[in-house]
Amino acid sequence: MLAEKYAQEIQTILAKYPTDQRRSAVMALIYLAQRDKMFVDRKDMAEIGEILGISATEVASIVGFYSLYYDQPGGRYRLQVCTDLPCALRGAEQFLQELCHRLNIQPGGTTSDGLITVEPVMCLAACDKAPMFQVQSGAGLEYFENQTVESALSLVNQLRADAARRRGRNDND
Amino acid sequence: MTEKPYEYLLLRHRQIPELDNLEIYRQNGGFEAFEKAVKTMQPAQVTEFVKASGLRGRGGAGFPTGLKWAFIDNNNWPHYVTANADESEPGTFKDREIMERNPYQFLEGVALCAYAIQAHHAYIYLRGEFWQIAARLDQHIAALHAAGLLGEKLFGSDYSLQIHTHLGAGAYICGEETAMLESMEGKLGQPRLRPPFPPSFGLYGKPTVVNNVETLTNVPLIIAHGPEWYRTIGTEKSPGPKIFCLSGRVVRPGNYELPLGTTFRELIYEHGGGILEGRPIKAIMAAGASSSLIIANDQALDTPMDYENVPSVGGSLGSASVIVLDDTVSIPWLINKTIHFFKHESCGKCTPCREGTYWMQHLTERVAYGHASQQDVALLYDVASQMRGKCLCALGEFSIEAVISGIDRFRPDFDQTVQAPPVT
Ligand SMILES: Cc1cc2nc3c(=O)[nH]c(=O)nc-3n(C[C@H](O)[C@H](O)[C@H](O)COP(=O)(O)O)c2cc1C
Ligand code: SF4
Ligand code: FES
Repeated sequence: MLAEKYAQEIQTILAKYPTDQRRSAVMALIYLAQRDKMFVDRKDMAEIGEILGISATEVASIVGFYSLYYDQPGGRYRLQVCTDLPCALRGAEQFLQELCHRLNIQPGGTTSDGLITVEPVMCLAACDKAPMFQVQSGAGLEYFENQTVESALSLVNQLRADAARRRGRNDND
Repeated sequence: MTEKPYEYLLLRHRQIPELDNLEIYRQNGGFEAFEKAVKTMQPAQVTEFVKASGLRGRGGAGFPTGLKWAFIDNNNWPHYVTANADESEPGTFKDREIMERNPYQFLEGVALCAYAIQAHHAYIYLRGEFWQIAARLDQHIAALHAAGLLGEKLFGSDYSLQIHTHLGAGAYICGEETAMLESMEGKLGQPRLRPPFPPSFGLYGKPTVVNNVETLTNVPLIIAHGPEWYRTIGTEKSPGPKIFCLSGRVVRPGNYELPLGTTFRELIYEHGGGILEGRPIKAIMAAGASSSLIIANDQALDTPMDYENVPSVGGSLGSASVIVLDDTVSIPWLINKTIHFFKHESCGKCTPCREGTYWMQHLTERVAYGHASQQDVALLYDVASQMRGKCLCALGEFSIEAVISGIDRFRPDFDQTVQAPPVT
């Protein structure tokens, strides 16, 4: 349950808004719900609705409207390459193709270990530093700029090693 | 070029290391303007200063900032400030540099705006991708509270102010000010019908100023040095410094802070190092993906980049996101790119934009990647023309700019793809 798990954080979020405007917290609460598994399920939506006094359907429509929310499981990490116009003028499309080729997936696909989804996205406000991508995980978002396919692949290896270490830790629990 | 190095006014971190540290910012005059305003100026006087400075909004529309503040309805309370940090126009990356490297000047601008309209709560709406920036801003805001520069009864006055961050979640339309307000209210980020405008009906239906990050970052300068000083920079109708985001086929893409009225030529060739591989320049988009395509001839290159002159060469300055295209760029390919963007970002609220971008995308796909006929190009032009003036917000209008100007001004590119479609 979100309300117990993140009680403190939820209070901090709600405190930003007037007491009669709790609904403003919906975006932040969806991020919270997404933190562990990188998507939000119906149960989360219902609970968010309950906390804020809106319906689960309204929460679902907000999840559907914004591109950084997911209602389906995907890779634990989403490696999102900007291929919008300014980046495309500096080789971003070839970069995406080559990266996907080296990872044995199609753009939009997820690596066979289920860990990393690679997908093209629109401008990320880093147009002077192409090729670039962001990595979104439940914990947040990080930018990687002026990349090469090699530097991206070594990041992928690092993410895999991190995930393996975490799995090892969980197995020992 | 002058001997003296340019003294940065907005990107001051380029000359002052660690300006994102509050102590360093204060050692360099930081928060003196805010203290001076709260202690010695009436709120309306702050607005008068900004009016007199001639500052115009840097978010795209160029609306006079002081005038906007003066529109705030004083018969309806409370008032809010919302800083627009959505920065999602392709080719725009200036607000990010300000917030990452010179955050306190921006926050001081937010505080001055809030004081001017007597708002006690200000929100910063950041695009969701700026997750790390929001986390840093939260730390900066905490530092300001600890230093007594935000919070209750500031500088011994009765004035109190809180600033909060609010993260979006990936939607270009939320940069449109009324969509942003809807999004902040926890609703779908779709534009409102206007009027009423935010200064009378804004966040939670209350009078609200929405300003761009760069706009607000100018305000401490104006209060500290005065409107006359501010007007010595830039042009008569477009005073002040501006950050030009230079991207595309240039040697040195990046942010360049220059006075408004600097020519395209100086930006692209002097600062940007010219075109990659010394190739010929073909076209300029001055306002990101929302731009028309300006033919990059001598007349265009010698045009001053300000709000009044760019229209004379068939463009507009917008947020000054200058995308440079050389002779390797095919215009049918380019409009296919921009239409994909607008189709993806159309919020779907009104039919002309929702349907128009959908059909345009079908046609630009064909035109860019083969199998199009002259009729397809004509139909594309027709669909785009029919959208003009019929959309609920400017996104729909933006989407047709490159299409119409591309077909009008670069017809040979289209004739070529129609006759000899590229192999895909
Ligand atoms: C589709 C669309 C997207 C916009 N995106 C932004 C944006 O990312 N940042 C911004 O400051 N203004 C954006 N604007 C302009 C805002 O609606 C508004 O005019 C601006 O924030 C006002 O601030 P200013 O007067 O300081 O420029 C956008 C407008 C439209 C129609
Ligand atoms: S013009 Fe497009 S983005 Fe604007 S309200 Fe209509 S559908 Fe939404
Ligand atoms: S186009 Fe890629 S970051 Fe802007």
